[in-house]
Order: sequence, then structure tokens, then C-alpha cells
Amino acid sequence: MVLLLVFDLMNLPLFSPQNDPGPDFAALLRHSGLAPAVPAPGDTAPFDVRHGTTIVAIRYADGVILAGDRRATAGHTIAHRAMDKVMPADKWSGVAIAGAAGMAVEMVKLFQLQLEHYEKSEGQALSLEGKANQLAGMVRSHLSMAMQGFVVVPLFAGYDVRRQQGRIFTYDPTGGRYEESDFHADGSGGRDARTTVKLGWREGLTATEAVELAIRALYEAADEDSATGGPDLVRGIYPIVATISAEGYVRLSDDEVEASFRSLIERLGESGRSSS
Amino acid sequence: MSMPFYVAPEQVMKDRADYARKGIARGRALVALQFDGGVLIVAENPSKTLHKVSEIYDRIAFAGVGKYNEFDTLRQAGIRHADMKGYSFSREDVDARSLANLYAQYLGNVFTHEMKPMEVEILVCEVGATAADDSLYHVLYDGTVMDEEEISIIGGDSEAIGTRLKAAYVAGMTQEAALQVAVAALAGPERTLTGDDLEVAVLERQGDRRAFRRLTGDALTI
Repeated sequence: MVLLLVFDLMNLPLFSPQNDPGPDFAALLRHSGLAPAVPAPGDTAPFDVRHGTTIVAIRYADGVILAGDRRATAGHTIAHRAMDKVMPADKWSGVAIAGAAGMAVEMVKLFQLQLEHYEKSEGQALSLEGKANQLAGMVRSHLSMAMQGFVVVPLFAGYDVRRQQGRIFTYDPTGGRYEESDFHADGSGGRDARTTVKLGWREGLTATEAVELAIRALYEAADEDSATGGPDLVRGIYPIVATISAEGYVRLSDDEVEASFRSLIERLGESGRSSS
Repeated sequence: MSMPFYVAPEQVMKDRADYARKGIARGRALVALQFDGGVLIVAENPSKTLHKVSEIYDRIAFAGVGKYNEFDTLRQAGIRHADMKGYSFSREDVDARSLANLYAQYLGNVFTHEMKPMEVEILVCEVGATAADDSLYHVLYDGTVMDEEEISIIGGDSEAIGTRLKAAYVAGMTQEAALQVAVAALAGPERTLTGDDLEVAVLERQGDRRAFRRLTGDALTI
């Protein structure tokens, strides 16, 4: 059966008090028949799905850094060279994604809308914890797809305006939500990135040091993992790095990331590591 | 069995309109006006939490006067409509005109078919790329829509406020000047309004994707 989802342009979406979906955008979509259909459980996909790869989050003195490489793969081929895996969720938080790219991007789009919809409906934003729990619910509702191989693992980081510090939340495919105190990395190159961050992390990193560490971690991940893209100096494609602090979500310009990469490559060249 | 009295349709409509107008006139008024950087909305509202002015979408704001629960239902429906439309199509496809028409349809329908008309008057504002692209849609309790230029006044005593505002309004004012003019028009010659009596918001032409911003605290000292 083909289910055609059509948005009702002609009527105001009004509900009786008993049926009101409240400030929940996903519930509103379900009430209005617009929620994406979930395929019936079955075999794994008979085609190669695009996958996003390595993402990193690091807590520093004033907030938290989110970074991700740009490569998307489908099987053994590179599907996309300049994918955005790090996206703002709202003013004070961001989400990075690893896993089945199509669903991950859709999940983030819905998550962004969910936060904005809540904020507009209620007149105030959700707490950071509330946002993290919302995302956990979305990952959990994706479980049947994850069982078929379409795993989506987000990494959520934000600035907690009440506690005045950066916080990092990680997820597993079943919707489990775990708070990391200092840093985390996920995706196919996540292990290598995590090790790099572990060796360089200390309490009270400055923003510049944390950005350097994130870039180093992505470099090491790309060095070991074929699905993670390194800096592409020819095309000028660099990882996305964003800081989230009291000033909100700020994406670093490509020039800043490029400069940081160039100095890293220089240092690595001097120490004679380029051939190993 | 008793027969209901015959009431002329003209009388029914007149009674309903009177009822709605009376309800709206009881509340305080609200004005929206263009300034050099966008659209300013100023409402007389002593409550800091029960808003009359709210954000609907990236460049669209909603303002309502009359019965709070009724215009808040409309506000919520507007947010839902806009968010779903943006989700189904694209953020660019969400516009104030179609939303104002939907409100008009709904209010018109309630006015003619329900026992009680809605005691609300609403304003749907959108800030465009240039001042000429801004829009102010004024929707009445019976579904009448008016596409207004430069200034718009809704709520009780709107004629007197309108006269004062039109006399003082100059196209291309700064935000501070526009606020001053709007507050003076709302207050009239015998009263003075302070920041605590006001709810003020702007739709900024330049800036973030979300143009709506509330002005509070020091921004309201005139």
C-alpha cells in the first residue's frame, strides 16, 4: 500500500483539548498523518546505505566543542565529500551524527524543529537535559530501523545556561542516553579519535586548545579509518568545528580550521611522523 | 410544543457582532508599526508571562487582543501550521498571507455557524527583505482581513489611538522613535505608560534566521 502524505493547507490545525498534542512536534505530525512511515521489520537493506563517520565532542573551560569529518560512504565508495555532520540544534546546543546518513539528517531536522516548536509554543526553551531526553526518544523510536542496519548514533552537546557549563550526551542505538563528563567520539573512526582526545585532554582547556585537539583527533581517525575523510587541501574541504558556549553555537570558518590543520601538518612533518 | 421566535438574519449577525465587539473593547489595545529596521509591535499588557505578542515563524509574528484563551488557541494553531508547512515543503514557503487567510476562514466560519463568535482581533505581521515587502494583516472577529500599510491598531479604543499614531508617525523612523510614538499613542494625553505596562517585540529585517525578538528591561525606558 502506498501511503501518500499530504499536508493539509486548507485548515488550521486545531484540536480538541482531549486530543491536543501539546508542544510536541513529533506528536503533532502523527496526529496530522505527516509522520514518516516506519517500514515493516524485514531483512537488511539490499543496497548500500550512505554512512557518516567520525564525530568528536570535547568539553573545555567555557563550553563544549563539536567536530566532525565531511565524508559519507556507501559501501566501499565515497558517496559525498562535503557532508555536514555537525549541526546546530538550537542557539545553545548542537548535534553531530554518525550512521545511516539519510535517516540521521532527517532525525536532526526533526529534532531542530522539535526544539524550536517547543520554544515557540511554550514561550521558553527546554532545559539542556530535556533536549537530551527528547533526542533519546527519537533514537529509541528509530530502533526497528536500527535492527535492519540503519543505525543512527547522534552525539549531543550543549551549553547548560543554568549550570553555566558545557555538557555532552551520547546515545546507543536502543535510545540509551549517557552523559559524558569530558569528551566523546563516535562513528567508524571514533575509537582512534577518542584515544587521541584522551591523551591530550585536561581540565580547563582553552577554546583554541580544544579546537586543536579536535582537529588532531579527526586527523588521527582519518589516518587509521578508511571511511573518515581527512582535510582535503585540493578542494578546500575541512571538517566542521563548532564551539558552544555562553555566546551560543558558533561555527568556525573554514579559514580558521584550515590554519589549524596546516600548523598540525607542519608539526607532524617536523617530528618525522608522516611516513609511519 | 412552542415555536421558536423568528429572528431576522440581519439581527442575528448584528447581535453577534455587538457581542464580539464588546468583548474586544474591554481589553487593552495593541499597535504595530514599521520602522527603519523592521516591524515593531507594542502592546499594553501588565503580565510578563501571558503574552499577547508571539513568534510564529522565522519572519512572522502574531499579536492578538480580546479573550486570552481564544487568541492563544489561534496562536498555537498558527505555530503548528507554519512548522508543519515548513517541514513538508521548505522554510521559504511559509508566508503571512496564507496564514492570515486561514485565520480569516476559521474566524468567518465560527462567526456564521457557531453560537458564540470569537472575541478576538488578531494581527499577522511579516518582515520582508525591504520595507515594501513587509506585511501587516489585520483580521477581525468575523473573518474580515485587511492588508494594512505602515501602521496597524487592534483592540479597544483603536480609533483614538489610530488618530494619535497617524499624526506622529513618520516613515523610516528609528526603533527608539517608533517605540516612543507607539507608547504615547497607546497612553493618550492623560496617562503615562512605563516599561512594566508594556509588552514589546520586534521583527528585525537584518540578523538571524529568526527575526522575532522581545524587548525587555532597559530597552523599554523611553
